[in-house]
Amino acid sequence: MQPVFEVRNLKRAFGGLAVTNDVSLSMAPGDRVALIGPNGAGKTTFVNLVTGNLAPDSGEVRLGGETVTGIDAIGRVRRGLVRSFQVTRLFLDMTPAEHVALAVLQRDGRSGRLFGNFLSMPDVMDEVGQLLGKLGLRELMHRKVSEIAYGQQRLLEIAVALALKPKVLLLDEPAAGVPQSDTGRIEQALADLPADLAVLMIEHDMDLVFRFAKRVVVLAAGAIIFDGSPSDVTQDPRVREAYLGSYANASHAA
Amino acid sequence: MTMTTTNDLITQTPAKRRFGGGDLIGLSVILALAVVGYFLFPTNLALLTRIIAIALLVLSLDLVTGYCGVATLGHAALFGAGAYAAGIASAHYGINDPLAMLAFGIVAGAVAGLVCGAVILRAHGLPQLVLSIALIHLFHEFANKASSWTGGSDGLSGIAPSALIGLYEFDLWGRTAYVFGVVLLALVFALLRLIVRSPFGMLCRAIKEDPVRIRSMGASPKAALMKMYVISGAVAGVGGALNAISTQVVGLDSLSFTMSAESLVMLVLGGTGSLFGALTGTIVFMFFEDVVSAANPFHWLTMVGALLIAVVLFAPKGLYGTAAAIVARRREAK
Ligand SMILES: Nc1ncnc2c1ncn2[C@@H]1O[C@H](COP(=O)(O)OP(=O)(O)OP(=O)(O)O)[C@@H](O)[C@H]1O
Ligand SMILES: [Mg+2]
Repeated sequence: MQPVFEVRNLKRAFGGLAVTNDVSLSMAPGDRVALIGPNGAGKTTFVNLVTGNLAPDSGEVRLGGETVTGIDAIGRVRRGLVRSFQVTRLFLDMTPAEHVALAVLQRDGRSGRLFGNFLSMPDVMDEVGQLLGKLGLRELMHRKVSEIAYGQQRLLEIAVALALKPKVLLLDEPAAGVPQSDTGRIEQALADLPADLAVLMIEHDMDLVFRFAKRVVVLAAGAIIFDGSPSDVTQDPRVREAYLGSYANASHAA
Repeated sequence: MTMTTTNDLITQTPAKRRFGGGDLIGLSVILALAVVGYFLFPTNLALLTRIIAIALLVLSLDLVTGYCGVATLGHAALFGAGAYAAGIASAHYGINDPLAMLAFGIVAGAVAGLVCGAVILRAHGLPQLVLSIALIHLFHEFANKASSWTGGSDGLSGIAPSALIGLYEFDLWGRTAYVFGVVLLALVFALLRLIVRSPFGMLCRAIKEDPVRIRSMGASPKAALMKMYVISGAVAGVGGALNAISTQVVGLDSLSFTMSAESLVMLVLGGTGSLFGALTGTIVFMFFEDVVSAANPFHWLTMVGALLIAVVLFAPKGLYGTAAAIVARRREAK
């Protein structure tokens, strides 16, 4: 199948340190890929490069066959590439309902309307209620985000991304900071996504990775060292070495 | 699993948000204050009309600063553009119909908003502030140099508005101008209430908090802010035109840094990000400037200064904003 998302030879260095070192990756519609790797491997940087939040030194990003390397972050979102943030970025003075409504209105090209209020737009409220319900945020929908728990903010972060109805969805550690009791909601929300959506999820929780992904990509020191099935990843010697190495380093540092 | 319909969702939302009860209350308060003012200061309607014109400027500033987080000390450029456009239309082109003059003011204000927005929105924070100061000085200098059009430092005179809708002459006591001003303020207020609660208003509040996040939702902060600048310019243009029509002169002060800075002071005094805050700040400041200064010409500025410091230190949300927060907390405690 023609890839909906493709990255070719992407490179980015910070002060001589190659954080993304010649990464190539492609996804077809319906793919469920987990991107894993030790802390500092360059996973978030990869997402930033792909979405246009950060400029690559070289390489190419393609969406649905179109090269988007020269297109800014907004243009890429409008072409269906949506991300969530590892460190929650929400509007603290606004409510969950407003977040999701804004995403829905923006997606439909209605965010510039100068009259009306989303609270009295039944179609918008329908979607807001459904999506927030799915993530267990219904009861809190009219509270300020600054008043809800961090775990719930993480769920809202995902709700905003889903409300944009992406073609390619990049989730940066969606479950980090979410209480164990609520990770099921994330899984359910992901399971309910349209089958033709391509999802790339960065995640440290391996149980979640194994339940979600049909393909695992391992990034270490800015390079892809494994790209294959979940059943093979734990057996791969390079992967084991990368993780062991990072644990060894971590315990050194500690 | 329980199914919930949209109707349930809508009923769950606070009534205040749904019907915008604040709109009616706000309009009633404006009209009530207008009537009270009329009877309290029957000989000084000119002052009240000026307060209305300035209130329009402060509302306009609130749109870009309070709702969008743009730092500007040059907002009078939009007001002055409206004032000069309405004045020049009358003085040089004999377009004396007040509504036509108003239209000129609105268009000129919006164009000035477009120009200022295009420059100011290129930067953020301190550089943005500096750009805005540079702009207001340029506007001021331009008006000063183009004296054949603007009257330069002597001011633009020869403005002679005809009767409003052909019926109401602009009388010596300023009654027509006052009523005209009150109607304009009420209309603008109602319109702005709609806008700040609209999807666009919500988008702007989000941009103020985190423009990067908004980009990741596919919206362009720059485009939205430009649009808000144009709306803001139109509003300031209404204020400027009202000032030109009611006083029948336009001076360089309407395009000055001082005026820009004072409008920011008024906004902060009342509370940013709220239309009521903008109105409150204007009324309090103008009251001090005109009433208290007449009673105590040497110390009124000291008092304004002290009040401002007290507000910024102890009521950082401004007079209205703080009062509203206290009321809200009381209500929640119940
Ligand atoms: N803007 C930046 N300037 C300099 N160095 C950076 C910058 N952003 C990231 N880095 C460095 O790049 C490396 C990769 O960071 P990145 O956040 O992409 O890792 P990650 O794989 O997402 O890690 P984690 O699992 O902890 O989220 C780190 O060493 C980090 O310090
Ligand atoms: Mg990361």
